[in-house]
Amino acid sequence: MPPGGTLRKGTGAVTARFRAEQAAGPFAEAPALVNPHSFSPRYDLDRVRGVFSRTGHPLRGEAVRGNVLVSPDVEGGVAGGWVFLAMRGADVGPAALVFGRTNPVMVQGAGTAGIPIVAGVDTAFFEAVRTGTWLRIDPAAKMVEVLEE
Amino acid sequence: MRLTAEESHLLDGGQGEVLAQLMREQLTVGEFFGAERFVPVTNAHFTGDPEVLGTEGVAYLERLAATGLRVTVPTTRNSQAVDFEHAVELAQHPDLLTAERRVRQMLATLGVATLNTCIGYQSVYQPHLGEHVAWGDTGTVAYANSVLGARTNYESGTAGIAAGLTGRTPEYGFHLDAVRRANVRVRIRAALDDVADWGAVGAIVGERCRGYWNVPVFELSHGLPHQDELKHLGASLASFGSSAMYHVVGVTPEAPDLATAVGGRDLVDDFEVTDQDIEAVFARDLAPRDVDVDVVVFTGPQLSFFELKRIAEALDGRTVSDGVRLLLTTNSMIRRALEDQGLLQVISAAGGTVIEGTCWYLMDPAAQREQFGWTRLVTNSAKLVNIIQAHGYAPVLRRTEACLQAALSGKVPAP
Repeated sequence: MPPGGTLRKGTGAVTARFRAEQAAGPFAEAPALVNPHSFSPRYDLDRVRGVFSRTGHPLRGEAVRGNVLVSPDVEGGVAGGWVFLAMRGADVGPAALVFGRTNPVMVQGAGTAGIPIVAGVDTAFFEAVRTGTWLRIDPAAKMVEVLEE
Repeated sequence: MRLTAEESHLLDGGQGEVLAQLMREQLTVGEFFGAERFVPVTNAHFTGDPEVLGTEGVAYLERLAATGLRVTVPTTRNSQAVDFEHAVELAQHPDLLTAERRVRQMLATLGVATLNTCIGYQSVYQPHLGEHVAWGDTGTVAYANSVLGARTNYESGTAGIAAGLTGRTPEYGFHLDAVRRANVRVRIRAALDDVADWGAVGAIVGERCRGYWNVPVFELSHGLPHQDELKHLGASLASFGSSAMYHVVGVTPEAPDLATAVGGRDLVDDFEVTDQDIEAVFARDLAPRDVDVDVVVFTGPQLSFFELKRIAEALDGRTVSDGVRLLLTTNSMIRRALEDQGLLQVISAAGGTVIEGTCWYLMDPAAQREQFGWTRLVTNSAKLVNIIQAHGYAPVLRRTEACLQAALSGKVPAP
């Protein structure tokens, strides 16, 4: 699977649009996987299998592969910068990353791995989005679009 | 971003496609965070070993090393996963050792000094006020920004080596005055007598004010901290809160007073930390008291010469309890100095093991737990307490003296 995820560009009407303050990477369309907590690729994920593995995490056992991983915030240290590249190599990585707030670790890691990343998305987006909702991530336009089911 | 002629030349492939690609990655990060230009750096610090690199990361380094490129500014490497001398007794997998040898060769080819330390600021290089560097490892970043007044963001993954090779980094975040100003006021009303107390402060503030862009300013009621205490504060803040900078009024060069530290930035939080708050952190024990201790660990960050000297003097003529493993980590320079001073021998005679070039939590602690049946761990590092739970341990935070008491008695002591 390409870093852009399960592409189906051009399909599905847009039901809502949200601007992102920060964006980088290629275009992607994929279903959302919504993480309600701050995200750390190092602490939260089994990077070999690409699944949430943190004890007690509400997404424990869920695979990120081919999904737009949505998180309100980030945490953790610099070792996470290698995780996205490792997951891309194993073909278990996310299709895109959407954050409320982020830090350089996520942007550096996603950039090396070629994974689209956006941040500074309006809080209304995080209230509206649900796991399984199809999203269109357009970093060039700094836009996140919700697609019709 | 506005580029110089030299930067445009690099970006256009004037010095090869690999450097151009690294510049593109740096440019992407800079544009993401609104940087207007690159800033030259005098020093870079790279975090990467086989455990964090994974197969793909090792392959990435191999491709870089094959180009013949070398770093253009002094570049060091952070703590890594292996101590060859103690690998067998600590159940380190042979594949990890093989991979680490390969990585060291590749980094040497690139001109990176594999000093393998997360306390280079205590033993290798101390940038001065206003100096721009590109450091990976959260604790080193916190120390550079907060204690030395140097300027760096987290340079993770490939970013640290990219900065070493291009000699520059995008000017955003903590390279800029406005971002360095404090927005969280913390009034310390506690006697912080040990590095563990400072780690506890980092846990409290990091959890409450989590976020890379939040900058706490500490006002102290009981004198000023020393280097090792600030080291534990920064490491813990970064671990619990992803913080890259803090101010201590009277210590941080940019914080002669509260008003200067804040510099007109709006405060998002303002609170006290009391002795009771500190004791509450020590009371978060995940192992019951007076039960047998499996392992006592001094690490996270590596220990300075004076931390190890103090421990050696406390252990002189005494013996670690049967069934307890006492582990301490530092870098090769400090371990050699310890040996020269006869202190390494004192720790060894007492039953302690001084590991070099690594931080213990990087050494596959889950494998050690399975191999040796370890669960109950005592440490003076709040950072280690935060990390090690994910590896199946039940950690207990204690002050340094109590950690030594645990090692000698074999029991989890009261705080």
